[in-house]
This record gives sequence, C-alpha cells and structure tokens, in this order.
Amino acid sequence: MIPAPRDDILAALRACLPGDALLTEQAELAPYECDGLSALARRPLAVALPKTEAEVVAVLACCRRFDVPVVARGAGTGLSGGALPHPEGVVLSLARLNRILAIDAAAGTARVEPGVRNLALSEAAAPHGLYYAPDPSSQIACTIGGNVAENSGGVHCLKYGLTLHNVVGVRGYTSDGDELVLGAGAPDGPGLDLLPIVIGSEGMLLVLVEVTVRLLPRPPLARVAMASFPDVGRACDAVAQIIAAGIVPAGLEMMDRGAAAAVEPFCGAGYDLDAAAILLVESDGTPAEVEDEIARVGAIVRAAGASAVRVSRDEAERIRLWSGRKNAFPAAGRISPDYYCMDGTIPRKHLARMLDAIAAMAGRYGLRCINVFHAGDGNLHPLILFDANAPGEWPRAEAFGAEILELCVELGGTITGEHGVGEEKLGSMCVQFSPAERGVFLAVKAAFDPAGILNPGKVIPTLHRCAEYGRMRVHRGATPFAHLERF
Amino acid sequence: MGDDLQRIIDAVREAAATGVPLAIRGGGTKDFLGERIIGTPLEIGGHAGIVDYDPSELVVTARAGTPLAELEALLASRGQMLAFEPPHFAPGGTVGGAVAAGLAGPRRASAGGVRDFVLGASIVSGGGELLRFGGRVMKNVAGYDVSRLLCGSLGVLGPIVEVSLKVLPKPALERTLEYELDAPAAVAAFNRAARQPLPVSATSWCAGRARIRLSGAPAAVESARHVLGGREVESGDAAAWWEALRHHRAPLLAARTPLWRVVVPATAPLLPLETPELVEWAGALRWCRAGEDGAAVRARARAAGGAAALWHGPAGSRMFDDLPAAALAIHRRLKASFDPAAIFNRGRLDPGL
Repeated sequence: MIPAPRDDILAALRACLPGDALLTEQAELAPYECDGLSALARRPLAVALPKTEAEVVAVLACCRRFDVPVVARGAGTGLSGGALPHPEGVVLSLARLNRILAIDAAAGTARVEPGVRNLALSEAAAPHGLYYAPDPSSQIACTIGGNVAENSGGVHCLKYGLTLHNVVGVRGYTSDGDELVLGAGAPDGPGLDLLPIVIGSEGMLLVLVEVTVRLLPRPPLARVAMASFPDVGRACDAVAQIIAAGIVPAGLEMMDRGAAAAVEPFCGAGYDLDAAAILLVESDGTPAEVEDEIARVGAIVRAAGASAVRVSRDEAERIRLWSGRKNAFPAAGRISPDYYCMDGTIPRKHLARMLDAIAAMAGRYGLRCINVFHAGDGNLHPLILFDANAPGEWPRAEAFGAEILELCVELGGTITGEHGVGEEKLGSMCVQFSPAERGVFLAVKAAFDPAGILNPGKVIPTLHRCAEYGRMRVHRGATPFAHLERF
Repeated sequence: MGDDLQRIIDAVREAAATGVPLAIRGGGTKDFLGERIIGTPLEIGGHAGIVDYDPSELVVTARAGTPLAELEALLASRGQMLAFEPPHFAPGGTVGGAVAAGLAGPRRASAGGVRDFVLGASIVSGGGELLRFGGRVMKNVAGYDVSRLLCGSLGVLGPIVEVSLKVLPKPALERTLEYELDAPAAVAAFNRAARQPLPVSATSWCAGRARIRLSGAPAAVESARHVLGGREVESGDAAAWWEALRHHRAPLLAARTPLWRVVVPATAPLLPLETPELVEWAGALRWCRAGEDGAAVRARARAAGGAAALWHGPAGSRMFDDLPAAALAIHRRLKASFDPAAIFNRGRLDPGL
C-alpha cells in the first residue's frame, strides 16, 4: 500500500478534532518524543489530544483508514519506551480523558477514564475510607490507563497485588472500531477471560476509554520497620524467613548502601549509611494486629543478623522512611548526569547471588550501579549510573543492563517485572522466549488488531531483531546462552 | 522431557495431522462443565508431579496431572494453601483441570480468582510444540499474559501441561459468625462488611442463615468478631460448611436438577422472581432453581451486569450465555492461531469455537 500523503492524513485528523487537540509543529511535538526512558526518542507525525470518547473513536477510524500507526500515551512516565512514537504515526494522548466517572463506595469500585492520575484516584476515594492499592513510584503523575498498559506494580504488591489484581474491567476500542467491554462488576463471565491479556499489553491490543478498578478499605494503621544489615546476604535471609514465618507484609523493600547514600542527602529519611543493606518492612491492619506483626518481624530480622531496627512511631515518620525508597530514581539523577533503570525479577532465593554478579559487572563495564528492589517479590531495580555525553557510556550502560536481564532469565526469572518491554527490551525478549512463543504473541496481537496499527513494533521482536541481538552478544564474547537456538 | 509429556505431544501431532478432535481429560471430575464434549480422550493425568516448591518463595510449580489433593496436602504441611480454593468435585481432580476450569471457591470475593494466582503455564500448541508463558516469579510483564488467558479456557487453546501458582500462608485463625437474615438483608450486610478493613474471607446465605468467615491474624479476627457481632458457629461445623460449599457437596449444588449459576456485581439487587437458594461471594454468586424460562434468566443476569449459566440442565441444553459479536470474533481468531486444526475441546467453551 502506498502511504497516503502526510497532508491528507493531517487534514483528516483535523476534521475530527477541535483546533487545540492536534499538534503537528516540530516544537509542539518535542515533549512527546520520548517517555520516561529518554535515551530513546523520536518525533511522531502528529499528536492527538482528544477530550471525549467520540473523538478517540474518530481518531482511530481516521488512522485505520490511512493505515497510520497509533501510539496511545498516558502521562509518558513509562520506563521502557512503550510510548515511544512511531515516526509515521500518531501519538494518541489520553491525558485529557481524565474524569472520574463514578465511585461506588458500596461496591468498592470506581469507574474512571484512562487519563485519571493514579494518586488522584486514591485522593477522590479517601472520603469514603477507600483507596486504590497499586502505587508505582510515579503515582503522582502516571495515569490509570498507563498503569493498565504496563500492569504496573509498586511497593505494596506482595500483599495487595499488581494492576491486574486491582482492575476489574475495561472498555475500549479495537483498531477496527469495535467496542469491547471486558470484565467489570461480576467476578466472572462466559468465554475466555480476555481482561488479563489486555492488562499489560502496552497499548498494542485495545485503546482504552474506561477502566473499572477495585478500591480497598484503608487499613486503620500502618507502621514500617527499618532494619540495617552488615551484609546483603543476611538481609536476603531475613526476607525469606519473614515469608517462611507466614507473614505477608504490606511492603518489603531493600536498598543497598549505594542507594541509601544517594537518597539520604535528598530526603533526610534517616537511613543507616553504615549498613550494607537496609530492609523496610511495612505492617498494616488493626493496631493490635500491627503491633503483633511488627514484634514478630523485629525478632526475625534481629535473629537474621540485623545490626539495628527502627520502627516508625507516627505517620510522619512512616512517610519519611518510605520517602527515600520512593525517590530513589530522582535521587540517582542527582548523583549522576544520567541513570538507566532496570526491572528484572528473579526467585527471591537468588537475590544475594544476583547482587554479587551486578557488582562484578559494574567493575567490568566501568560504571556504577546502585540497587533498590521489591525484595518481597524478587523484583530488582538496579540503577546504572552513566553520562550520556561521555562517548561510549550509553552503549556500555545498555550492554550492562542487557547482561543483568540475561542473568535474570538464567536464574529462572524474567526481563521485566513491572516496567514493560516497550522498545527497550526487544532484544532481551529473544532470550526469554522461543520463536514459537513469540509467534503466539504475534497471533494474539493480530487477533485483537488485525490491521496492526496499535503501537506496532513494540514488545514482540522480529526474527531479524533476534538475529541481530544474537550476533551482538556473540561479538562481545559474552554468551551465557550458548545452548539457545539463534537466528 | 518426560515420557508422558512426549506421549501428549505425539498424540497432539497425530490429531493435528488427521484432524481427529481431542477431548482433554485430567481427573475426569468436571465432565459436566461446559458445552458438549466430543473427541478422543487425551489423558493428561499421567503427567503428574511437583516440579518445584520452595515455601519461602510462595510459589509452587506442578505438572498438570498432579492431583489437587496431593498438591494441597503438600502446601498444608508447610502451613500454606491455594487461596482461590478450587473445588475438587470428586477425588482425582487435577491442578491442570482446576486452572482450565477457572473455578474459585468461597474465598473468591476477598482473595481473588484462579487467574489472580497463576504465575505461569506451559501448553502444547496445536502444532505439537511445547510453549511456556509467564514464569515462577510474582511479577512478570514480559510479553502478553497468556498463562492467565488459559484460566477458564476449558482447554480450547490447548492442553495445559504445567502450571506455577502463587501460594499464601494459611491464616492463623478462622472464625465463622452466623445471623438470622433474609437474602436481601444478608447481601446488604455482606456489602457493608466488605467496605470495612475486616478480615472477611467468605460469606454465604442459605435458608435464612447468613454466615461470615473471618480469617487472619488472631488480633484482627478477634477485633472483627467484636465489630460484626452475631453468633459464633462451632469450628467443626463451620469448617464442614465451607468445605461443602467449596467442593460443591452442599445438597443444593450436588443435586443434578436444573440449577442456575448467576454471577453479577455483588451489589446488584436481588430479583423477586429469582429468590436464590444460596448466595456466596458477598452477593456476587447466586444459585437459583427458579426460572423455567432460561432466556429470561439470562437476560435478567445480563441486565444486572453479569451472566447466568445453566449449571445443571436437561441433556442437550446450553450451559453458557452467548458471547458478544466483537468478543466472539477475537475468540475465533485466538482459537485459529493456538489450534489451527481445531482439535482441542471443540465446542466445549462455546459452540462457535
């Protein structure tokens, strides 16, 4: 098919949107050239900013008619280039669809448009004593639609689940313009459960116009215990022993010395800078329940070798202790010109081994790396520090990151726990999935989006891409997967 | 690769080559579930055994033919459980069957359904290839979440041969409270309880009696008992009741007379013509005998935002409601790609698949 002239496409888009809802000038497009992963950037043909469902449908129909790629975007806080524009495509920003349509306190649900911010939803639910549990660290800015696209997590997933466990329904449109309603108030229904395949599909299957979430009653009390450890191994043992004791804490997070040192001047959280690892363990529930659980956790971490344990005495102190952890990414930006945030998950028992391996890699690549992670669910966020203006540092950071992800797969884990594949981890997908499995992903995409215009080129690597990735890794002489089939 | 897995793969390849449909079968405990079953039985039960279990990881991986009873006994020996409480129906039910059926027990409203605990699964494709999706870790967003799509798929996308499940610690304490209430008042009470931060793990209403099960840390259970009042049910009776509900051994559920399973939002008003005989899941699951006019029962459930399934019906009757056209088109394309020769459990989930 011969591409339609650019002017025809823009004229058609103009016809379906108000004047201020279509951006086409280079200067206007610049803010949309990347998401939270700024190392990957390119400008789209245009940015559409619809305010209503009808406008979304019209933009989709127009893009379908001209066979123009559509990249849906929320707040652009994603960390894997999932919202990276297509050079001949339209960025479909859903940020202006930001109304909370209904809060049903009796049912414990809220129906919202995709552009509603994560934190705004919890604030709106607060008068009812309810909140929305998933709390990615970008929650002040990120949108519910974006959270659905990435199946976002946060620091409370171990007990309260991911986006998947807290979204009960979505309504959206396929690229053919068909409306699809999946899930909502009833816990199950006839046919295949398509909702979990749409959650985390990175905007490749459906354009959402409505999301129904589960709201939870706010626990009466939450307290956090901070434990310092003289070495990482003992901190990891403590995590395993807490879980083995039958405790599922509301939060279970770890930071290494480098991360604590980076955030402390920034947040003044009071972290123990002499510790090799800091563990944050949150307990919530009734006062009696919290007191009991905190006491049990305290005994376990001390027995595991904690050198000090501090428990928050009030809400202000609890928030302060969390502030460092939640601000780890911006803090990395203060101690280094650039940082590259990784997101692998491994079985928890391999945490100490993984951290040793990362330290060895840091030496080999000549780059610093600080570590924060969701210890409770084995989800690591190594932050590789680099300077994009120093020749060769970004490619080195990228290779360092890819090696971490390969080790995650080798240890029985995954290349992304909550940030998504996007464009960033296309190469690593070749390591985790066989050609037949990637073929299934392509088929799933085609089942929802036969035209192939929704966020094309993301998540699923082509055979060619995997062959390139294989060659690159062989070239470096680092092939931990020599037994894998390569193309 | 185990011999039994190879046998399954060989059988699939042969069926794909000849076009002979297969009826996937684990323990054979859920033959009643779904639409008609056609095809040569493809036995999965022999592909059994725990592959990996480390209690401190909160994850268990088992071959599909592993008996649920065996898996749950192993978990219980380490103080853990499958929080979605899959019904066994009869001895011999398997892990793969539980995932393919996608049925959850009394804990559904508070803990979640089957798919909320599935972390990964392997299937054999229609081309006879072994495919793995998801993994053995809690958080995993690499690629589409195919393993959760398999929950409740009734085998139409292919035989599940291995699954990884998230497990949870068994609660330290359980207590069941009872109240004399009619059905609407019971549902209202369940909804009120769900809005509060209380450790409610199950609810039921049957024959004028509402029951609320509390599970969790002793301090939380005791304080909830104080908040909710009611009469405490003796623990043996309570455990027997929840077990009977879970495994569908309660007389109402077990009897093979016409029975509707109506699943709607928990706060949907109870309809006077369909006074349910049993209510679970805080009001979202309603079992009804009434309703000679099946089309009307289905229409009313749809209007309430849910769906009705004819759980036990006359021979030849449809179990599930029709799918909307847009969803059915996607179902057909998914089926065609997973199972190009249309050999797996043809028509069991929907006559069009």
